[in-house]
Amino acid sequence: MPGSCPGSPLPTIAVNLMNKTRAYGRTVGGLRSLSLQAPAVTLLLLWMLVPLGMTLWFSFQRYNLLMPGMTGFAGLENYEYLLTDPALWSAMGVTLLLVGWVLFITVVGGTLLAVLFQQDFLGRGVARVLAISPFFVMPTVSALVWKNMMMHPANGVLAWLANLFGLPAVDWFSSLPLTSIVIIVAWQWLPFALLILLTAIQSLDDDQVEAARMDGAGPIAVFFFITLPHLKRAISVVIMIEMIFLLTIFAEIFVTTSGGPGLATTNLAYLIYIQALLDFDVGTASAGGVIAIILANIVAIFLVRLVAKNLES
Amino acid sequence: MRLHHTLPVVGAMTFASLSASAETITVATVNNNDMVIMQSLTDAFEKAHPDITLDWVVLEENVLRQRMTTDIATNGGQFDVMTIGTYEVPIWAERDWLVPLNDLPEEYQVDDLLTSVRDGLSQDGTLHALPFYGESSMMYYRKDLFEQAGIEVPKQPTWEEVRDWAGQLHRPGEETYGICLRGKPGWGENMALVSTMVNTFGGRWFDMEWNPQLDSKAWQEAVSFYVDLLNEYGPPGASSNGFNENLALFSRGNCAMWVDATSAAGKLYGADESQVADKLGFASAPIAETPKGSHWLWSWALAIPASSDSKAAAKEFITWATSQEYVELVGEQKGWTSVPPGTRESTYANENYQQAAPFADFVLEAMKSADPTDSTLEPSPYTGVQFVGIPEFQSIGTQVGQMVAAALTGERTVEQALQAAQRSTERTVQRAGYLD
Amino acid sequence: MTTPRYKRFLLAVLAWAIALIIFFPILWMALTGFKTEAAAIADPSFVFSPTLESYVAVHARADYLKFALNSVVVAFGSTLLALLIAIPSAYSMAFLPTPRTKGTLLWMLSTKMLPPVGVLMPIYLLFRDTGLLDTLTGLIIVYTLMNLPIVVWMLYTFFKDLPRDILEAGRMDGASTLQEVRHLLLPLTLPGIASTGLLAVILSWNESFWSLNLTSSDAAPLTAYIASFSSPEGLFWAKLSAASTMAIAPILVFGWLTQKQMVRGLTFGAVK
Repeated sequence: MPGSCPGSPLPTIAVNLMNKTRAYGRTVGGLRSLSLQAPAVTLLLLWMLVPLGMTLWFSFQRYNLLMPGMTGFAGLENYEYLLTDPALWSAMGVTLLLVGWVLFITVVGGTLLAVLFQQDFLGRGVARVLAISPFFVMPTVSALVWKNMMMHPANGVLAWLANLFGLPAVDWFSSLPLTSIVIIVAWQWLPFALLILLTAIQSLDDDQVEAARMDGAGPIAVFFFITLPHLKRAISVVIMIEMIFLLTIFAEIFVTTSGGPGLATTNLAYLIYIQALLDFDVGTASAGGVIAIILANIVAIFLVRLVAKNLES
Repeated sequence: MRLHHTLPVVGAMTFASLSASAETITVATVNNNDMVIMQSLTDAFEKAHPDITLDWVVLEENVLRQRMTTDIATNGGQFDVMTIGTYEVPIWAERDWLVPLNDLPEEYQVDDLLTSVRDGLSQDGTLHALPFYGESSMMYYRKDLFEQAGIEVPKQPTWEEVRDWAGQLHRPGEETYGICLRGKPGWGENMALVSTMVNTFGGRWFDMEWNPQLDSKAWQEAVSFYVDLLNEYGPPGASSNGFNENLALFSRGNCAMWVDATSAAGKLYGADESQVADKLGFASAPIAETPKGSHWLWSWALAIPASSDSKAAAKEFITWATSQEYVELVGEQKGWTSVPPGTRESTYANENYQQAAPFADFVLEAMKSADPTDSTLEPSPYTGVQFVGIPEFQSIGTQVGQMVAAALTGERTVEQALQAAQRSTERTVQRAGYLD
Repeated sequence: MTTPRYKRFLLAVLAWAIALIIFFPILWMALTGFKTEAAAIADPSFVFSPTLESYVAVHARADYLKFALNSVVVAFGSTLLALLIAIPSAYSMAFLPTPRTKGTLLWMLSTKMLPPVGVLMPIYLLFRDTGLLDTLTGLIIVYTLMNLPIVVWMLYTFFKDLPRDILEAGRMDGASTLQEVRHLLLPLTLPGIASTGLLAVILSWNESFWSLNLTSSDAAPLTAYIASFSSPEGLFWAKLSAASTMAIAPILVFGWLTQKQMVRGLTFGAVK
């Protein structure tokens, strides 16, 4: 068979099969599609199903790492324990607030910055590179830097600035815990939004803008009637990718507030962490995992579909 | 070597050290100063034991603890030596996760270990971990500031007095705060201090039937006192200050008083990083209703997990790192204030140490007087001064710690916070089967 | 366009100010690494006599190169593997869609929304039984699977935007599927594949949950290196900054060098 090389990711048989059946037209699509998708889908299935199966199994078991003797079928006990925990509902609220605010800040900020950085000015290339840099920084490091060097109430740069203007230093992580987390996370993801939106804005047709200007449209009108609609798809991409990561934010909370004070910054991922790695209660943690999967799928159905529609155009 | 964990390791590995080739042991430890010193002395150990190579995994405390517990409970076999505390040792030993250390060599002088520390690391009379350093808690203060204000500090102050002094010495404009205390939530952070305060205010975590007592009057008083004291006379951002942050604050001269671990003394006296070495005063940890349980007892210890496949080599290492010889090595190479404190009588008898560390006798006294088996005014069913020796405490302590932090930042009132803490603790012990 | 001069000047100032503010925390961290511990906590200042003492102290405690090399191997290894698996899959989704394609894609993406800590125990037990704990292979497998959904989805958007007739023409000439992929699809979408790969490298490099929990020493990457310097005792700001700077420097420079490539790639697909 021509073209098949030994290092090919495709199994030779599958390719052979495809060649032979190509003549049969449309129905072949399904078959070829199946065999080509097979590696990725199978792997992901395994990745999902094996741990998922184990998680499901554990979620119905009494299984605490620190209690080797206490095992057995638990029925719905783990779920009941978790669902009656007042912390669960607060954690869901925190998760949504965190995702919502960061999305809002990064999309609005990213769009405005993209328009700004699209202008022609001296040293634009360097300025852009600086502005997208935070995206390359590991979440643990950025949390550590913000906690110890920016927001520290005594030695932090922000406290020093406040002092300079004669204002009292803000004790960020105790008086504005969730806001602080939102700031840190938004700082990390704003550059990502900027990168994507800047790319998109570059493909905007100059003639179109020029024509609108000729017709007497001001810069604001141009932004709302030409730029923004053009960015719709890119914004959808930003929202979708960010949402995937923001729903499971963990490192930033772990490093800075440990979910507190109280429950102020305990999101779902952190709540499950408490069960899994402080309580070592694998049963309850697994039940939490199952609840998180269900929630993720609800989100997937509603939001991602909404976004996906935009992606189709 | 890691691939062989599925083999039955327990019997087979006892003779591992007989093999001639160099054996690598993986040591998991915390990134505290004393452990960093231990790591820096790797060469000295390897020179004396050419058949053993050390491989270090140094992590911050929280990460390390979760990493080690996951591994030991699943029999993962990733580590040959683990650094654990007085809290974990009896719990893990009871589950046969640790190698019992009953046949220690003569020259190790096991009787030289402080009795209280040794008891804390034993299960049914057998040591399961060797103490690397130990600590109690005490009060540090700035002699210069107290002299200026004409205050005489007795050997045993009370919390009431401490509040008075803090009020007199609190000068936030000059970045000198009346008192620094732990506020960072965590069972080993704010709850270590708060538990000792509750003890001395006459409270306890559980009654004899394991009913949580967090909504009791003593808790209410102790936590209110703590919150008011720290809010009125503490540094800004107290709720994120743990041991490390307070050590930094105090050594820079930002606090008039600090109640914390005795192991800080060496760092405050000796290190070049301390600006208060010559103005340092100390007293016993303050008391209120009762002296019982007013100061804690803790030690960091080295243990060998049962899942290790280099047990003999690991034992060589832990007996070296906790020996008198090691203490002398550190004293000579790094200075006597840097030696790991609170483990051996011989350290405190050493003249060099006595000279370099004027606090030595005081600390020894505190270590000896702390009694984990009798630390509450009313009887309690658990051991531990600043913790409750049950596996669930790690999560109970952390969640209660969060609530106390919420009270400190004013997010909740003390009463609300303690009620929430009481409820979550009730849920946990009920589920674990302590309550009916 | 005829924007007045002063307006353009103001715009430039504004843009630069924002860029510098965004970049400031990174700059500050890098500077702090060259200060003494005492200077690091003194009032903020750009004027100080630089010292390498923190770097020396950090270097004495941990073998940076070992950690960095592990990071490189894991980030690039997992990215390569993910691309190899994802390209055929994205190809079929883009060119041979079935009614279930959309669903499969969404499902793949939704797998990413499960908090990793929820499945830590199952994975840990699996890894223990297969001897993958603390191995680079194990970490590469985890990262490959972690990034696969995003990689497949991005490639899908790139492939889908490719003009159909080009591929049709190739097919008329009798090219096999593999030839089609190799000689038409890959060259045409190379920028897109490159930027997908770059994104996967960055995500793998910065991942800190699996890398901390599944490794101990042999396979520990830079995230574990950082965990040995965060919140230790005493004054630690300068040492932490030095260690952090070293941990992010390779990926930051890599990002700077490839950002043009990344933008060029992205203009092809999803965000055009």
